[in-house]
Amino acid sequence: MYLKNALRAATAFSLIATGTAYAETITIATVNNGDMIRMQGYTDDFTAKTGHEVEWVTLEENVLRQRVTTDITTKGGQFDIMTIGMYETPIWGANGWLVALDDLSAEYDVDDILPAMRGGLSHDGTLYAAPFYGESSMVMYRTDLMEKAGLDMPDAPTWEFIREAAAAMDDPANDINGVCLRGKAGWGEGGAFITVTANSFGARWFDENWNAQFDQPEWKEALEFYVSLMNDYGPEGYATNGFNENLSLFQQGKCGMWIDATVAASFVTNPKDSTVADSVGFALAPNHEGVEKRSNWLWAWALAIPAGTQKADAAKQFIEWATSKDYIELVAANEGWANVPPGARTSLYETPEYQDVPFAKMTLDSINAADPTDPTVKPVPYVGIQFVAIPEFAGIATEVSQEFSAVYAGQQSIDEALEKAQALTNDAMEAAGYR
Amino acid sequence: MARAITTQRKVIITAAAWAVGLLIFFPIYWTILTSFKTEAQAINDPPLFFNFDWTLENYAIVQERSNYMRYLWNSVIIAGGSTLLGILVAVPAAWSMAFVPSKRTKDILLWMLSTKMLPAVGVLYPISLIFVEFNLLDTRIGLVVVLMLINLPIIVWMLYTYFREIPVDILEAARMDGASLREEILYVLTPMAIPGIASTILLNFILAWNEAFWTLNLTAAQAAPLTAFIASYSSPEGLFFAKLSAASTMAIAPILILGWFSQKQLVRGLTFGAVK
Repeated sequence: MYLKNALRAATAFSLIATGTAYAETITIATVNNGDMIRMQGYTDDFTAKTGHEVEWVTLEENVLRQRVTTDITTKGGQFDIMTIGMYETPIWGANGWLVALDDLSAEYDVDDILPAMRGGLSHDGTLYAAPFYGESSMVMYRTDLMEKAGLDMPDAPTWEFIREAAAAMDDPANDINGVCLRGKAGWGEGGAFITVTANSFGARWFDENWNAQFDQPEWKEALEFYVSLMNDYGPEGYATNGFNENLSLFQQGKCGMWIDATVAASFVTNPKDSTVADSVGFALAPNHEGVEKRSNWLWAWALAIPAGTQKADAAKQFIEWATSKDYIELVAANEGWANVPPGARTSLYETPEYQDVPFAKMTLDSINAADPTDPTVKPVPYVGIQFVAIPEFAGIATEVSQEFSAVYAGQQSIDEALEKAQALTNDAMEAAGYR
Repeated sequence: MARAITTQRKVIITAAAWAVGLLIFFPIYWTILTSFKTEAQAINDPPLFFNFDWTLENYAIVQERSNYMRYLWNSVIIAGGSTLLGILVAVPAAWSMAFVPSKRTKDILLWMLSTKMLPAVGVLYPISLIFVEFNLLDTRIGLVVVLMLINLPIIVWMLYTYFREIPVDILEAARMDGASLREEILYVLTPMAIPGIASTILLNFILAWNEAFWTLNLTAAQAAPLTAFIASYSSPEGLFFAKLSAASTMAIAPILILGWFSQKQLVRGLTFGAVK
């Protein structure tokens, strides 16, 4: 009897001891967007499977960037997992700031990650962050207005067609703008949009020797086209419009077309928030006639482990859980296929149920049409489509986009802005030792 | 002799005061109003003032998603702690500057104030490294010290201004009666400067409550105050204005109520010595 009890106690004690030895609390820094918030809601599933608890630190994108950069460079060790983007991952991976994700389990099926995403989140062939969701950009348009205008949106339109359609759909009397596009200063806002537009006109940020290219005719042509299109058929004050402002306009039925992140598709087709939910069509981002590169970008929000963490094993388990096929199925079972995180896994697009989601095909086509290693018509020394994956880019591009936004606001001419952009970019690149 | 104020003048002054008051209050009013709308109503153009279906859905979502009480408690500790610590340091400092000034007192006061001109981000890395070295990251005590140091110039300046209004003869009389320095400051100076000290405490509490650079950059999960709570609802990719407004309303409510109840002391303290 005594022996039995003693054995029972010993078993219970060893179970508790084992449990406490492996159960950890990991801290995750993340951004505030729909998919990430949804993931927080399923944390209990992860805890039930692994025993690990999770503390979330949710921050606005720019605050998060500053916060995690400070933490990683001062070795603060505040976070065990960081949500970072395609811009930071290769740079931080190269600096040795991230734990390589080269030993993920066989069930995880790392080869299922979309090639474009895997390439953009790797450095020298090593994956440093696992994509939670990925996006490109595409045309979202009002099918009812298109029909009224007597036009058919091709799957792969040109900028010239976009202008023609904008002219046909523009209806100031009914408060409908032909087209809504980003103009807000900031490298990730209007800066990203004008960069991909310029790519589709044959422009590039730098030549092979890191010389700025704003003095080349392609940049001028792209800016002239954008400014004329927006002045004629865009909303008033477009110089300060970013993603959210345009989303708001489109959801209220005030835009004929909107070219922006593919992730917006789930917002504009959600009848709860959008007044035009049942009349939205999708097409590939446009290109200038005769230019092979289209104006679609590539981005992913991904989960990475900072090199200083003491809980790398638990962090890896979380990443495997959050970016797995099982997680996608968990969300689909509870909230429907339209709400699963898109753009990360090939198998998602092979799922018959997901193929019925109206924006699924165009999202995949847009992602597949983007190649960060070959983003422009002419050769470039950098990786990245709407950004240049070097640490100096965020600062330079923010200043350049401020000059461009001043053009959109009518405060300076295109020539003046390009001249300033050329000078400030070359100065910064010289100071950083590239030239 | 008091000047006679005509009724017409009174009406104009009252109307102007109301207009300025409403203008200042409007953003807060709009935030509170938006917190009761759906996300679609929040971005409606033209804006909806009253003709919408009021909902508490945003508060329910915010409550479910975030541990509001933890953020609130951290705010109370950090704002309260830094203010009290600041007062403890600043009262003796302001006493010496007001009653036993040296040739350099004015310069020191100006130098202290000049530290406020340094952009916070300029010292982000040194302070972060100090915090890492002393294991102060994501701790309330670390933030109490940093916010105290940041607000100290303002606390000293305010107290110095109030103390200057107190006749030095009274302190001298206390000294003649045998009061020690501690007794002089505690039992003679402090009671006379209560309105000034109270308004300094209130103002600094509000400043520390609203501080949103250090509180975001030096905290993670444990010590994050209400500023981090609000920041977690802001997003450049997605329209969450109604939820953000609900979070903001919950964050400003305590300080708004505190300000409401203590407005008499605040006004009295801020105008102390302004009219002779």
